[in-house]
Amino acid sequence: MTATSQSVAPDNIASLNTISTPSRSLGREAWSRLIRNKASVLGMFIIGFFILLAIFASVIAPKNPLELNGGKRFLPPPFDAGATNIKSEPEFLLGTDSLGRDVLSRVIYGSRVSMVVGFLPTMIILLVGTTVGMAAGYLGGKMDNLLMRVTDVVYAFPDLLFFIIVMVALRDTFIGKMMNGLVLLFAALAIVNWVGVARLVRGQVLSLKQKEFVEAAHCIGATDFRIMTKHILPNSLGPLIVSVAFQIPGLIIYEAILGYLGVGLRPATDSSSFFITSWGTLMLDGQSAINSQPYLLLAPALCVALVVMAFTFLGDGLRDALDPRMRGTQ
Amino acid sequence: MGTYLIRRLFWLVPVLFTVSLVTFIIMRSAPGGPWDTSDERRQVDAATARSLAAFYGLDKPIWRQFLGYVIGDTNSQTGKYVCGLVCGNLGPSYRQRGRSVQDILFGAPEGKTFWQSRFGYSLRLGLMALSMAVFIGIPLGIIAALKQNTIADYIALFIATSGISVPSFVLAIFFIIIFAARLHWVNILVDDWTQIRYWFMPMAVLGFGTMAFTARLTRSSMLEVMRQDYVRTARAKGLVERVVVLTHMFRNALIPVITILGPALAGLVTGSFIIETMFSFPGMGRAYVQAIGQRDYSLIMGTTVVYALLIAVANLSVDVFYVFVDPRIRLEE
Repeated sequence: MTATSQSVAPDNIASLNTISTPSRSLGREAWSRLIRNKASVLGMFIIGFFILLAIFASVIAPKNPLELNGGKRFLPPPFDAGATNIKSEPEFLLGTDSLGRDVLSRVIYGSRVSMVVGFLPTMIILLVGTTVGMAAGYLGGKMDNLLMRVTDVVYAFPDLLFFIIVMVALRDTFIGKMMNGLVLLFAALAIVNWVGVARLVRGQVLSLKQKEFVEAAHCIGATDFRIMTKHILPNSLGPLIVSVAFQIPGLIIYEAILGYLGVGLRPATDSSSFFITSWGTLMLDGQSAINSQPYLLLAPALCVALVVMAFTFLGDGLRDALDPRMRGTQ
Repeated sequence: MGTYLIRRLFWLVPVLFTVSLVTFIIMRSAPGGPWDTSDERRQVDAATARSLAAFYGLDKPIWRQFLGYVIGDTNSQTGKYVCGLVCGNLGPSYRQRGRSVQDILFGAPEGKTFWQSRFGYSLRLGLMALSMAVFIGIPLGIIAALKQNTIADYIALFIATSGISVPSFVLAIFFIIIFAARLHWVNILVDDWTQIRYWFMPMAVLGFGTMAFTARLTRSSMLEVMRQDYVRTARAKGLVERVVVLTHMFRNALIPVITILGPALAGLVTGSFIIETMFSFPGMGRAYVQAIGQRDYSLIMGTTVVYALLIAVANLSVDVFYVFVDPRIRLEE
């Protein structure tokens, strides 16, 4: 089944066994193509770095992100001390914020929210979207019609506006206060985004349903459930993985925008909280001190840009790896 | 074509109805009334709150409030019928007393034209950003495709990739810190937006992502067209390269690019609220962000409905555009 075995001219049949590469699964084939793509590997490294940063924030961060240093407000970082009149201190690598808290430590802790926002709602989105999309595509009829109508409405609703409205209106309710507002954020992100996945899966199922191998499975008496999970789902995974790789950075950007507008995560004040602050919330703080301490704004912005770029690289690489025919055309 | 268009236009009605219903439900489920949350400075006493509720019709049952918002209702004080959303009436603002939402968004200041209204400002900024995207993005994509795998291609691809992966508000932060806070080249605290030079920064920041997207799309579309048989035929006929590129490749490669222009403009007009806030640009987006800060529910709702309408119309324009520019496509009846 590998591409290399087909390209061998059959004039010397005997040598075929020695020339052809051992057959590999589609997944391994795609993986080997992926790791040959330098940008994707770089992207994976950056993502891995930020995941580690998020998990081990309490170990890596040089300072307590909540510790107030009264007399040390808006200290510039040591490497850029000439910008303002305030003297820098070497222990604060990126300076301090309006309350004298260490900017670097806060940015490191901020990675937790972005990583969780990127991955956790994605799980919910995948689970719900794939289930509904498969059911609608395979069963058709009323279910399919309903899904398409729901998608039309959700597509008409501007995503960001929906998140803002939900966060503004339900912020002071019980659910809005859970996990510093993160539960509500996850719910809002998942409600909007599962629809895109459902539509994608539905399209895949509709085209795969007509294929011979599904017909063959029917003939040997496989149940609908088995056909869906064992035959159709694995074959529609490629586009699904690519769409997820592009969806995660979108969620991270949404979180940053909502935080920046002041309707995202509530910054924690007690150190027992796992989610102290987020990059968006930090940018909101930084916006008011743009001249005296630009690094409070610059550092989280740079982190958002890095993570988003890493996911874009990975997504591009995944698309090329999973569908080699598309290589270089997108 | 005609029937299809009419059917699609009719489909806008339930979509907008649902959008306003969802917004209405979410807004009404917020705890507390619109004037007693998060405004510690000016707590309203019970009697005033009651008369305010009566004035804005908030003492009526919730279903009637919604119908009143969409279709219209009789005013409880004057007894006159006031038309709702269907007539383009988005209701009174809760914070800016005496002004209606549509007046805040679309009304121009005394003696000024429509272009001086908040929507006019956003539309102008969006159009400028879109022209930047088109006039830089399309040539960039064409050059990249024609010189595939050369240094020009790589530079264009780098610009395109960074433009797609860096969100516009992050780009705005970089620009503001570098050009305004450090180099002092530009002033970002502008109150006189009549001078066109101040528009450059928000336009560049807003248009960069769309420009990158346009460049990528043009490049991939050109690459696809270059491999077509009719291009080979044109070359085989001995046509000059300029004619092959301009009339055979360019015109066909442009089809997908043209169709995204509608949604791109809608995205630029509706997606600009962060950029507008950062540059204190007097557009619709900034009004929206201010409304969020002040919990001006009716202004938030009205703006959302306007945004949804813009996006729905833009999405519709894709399908219609396709039929006009690409005769191979027939819409299913």
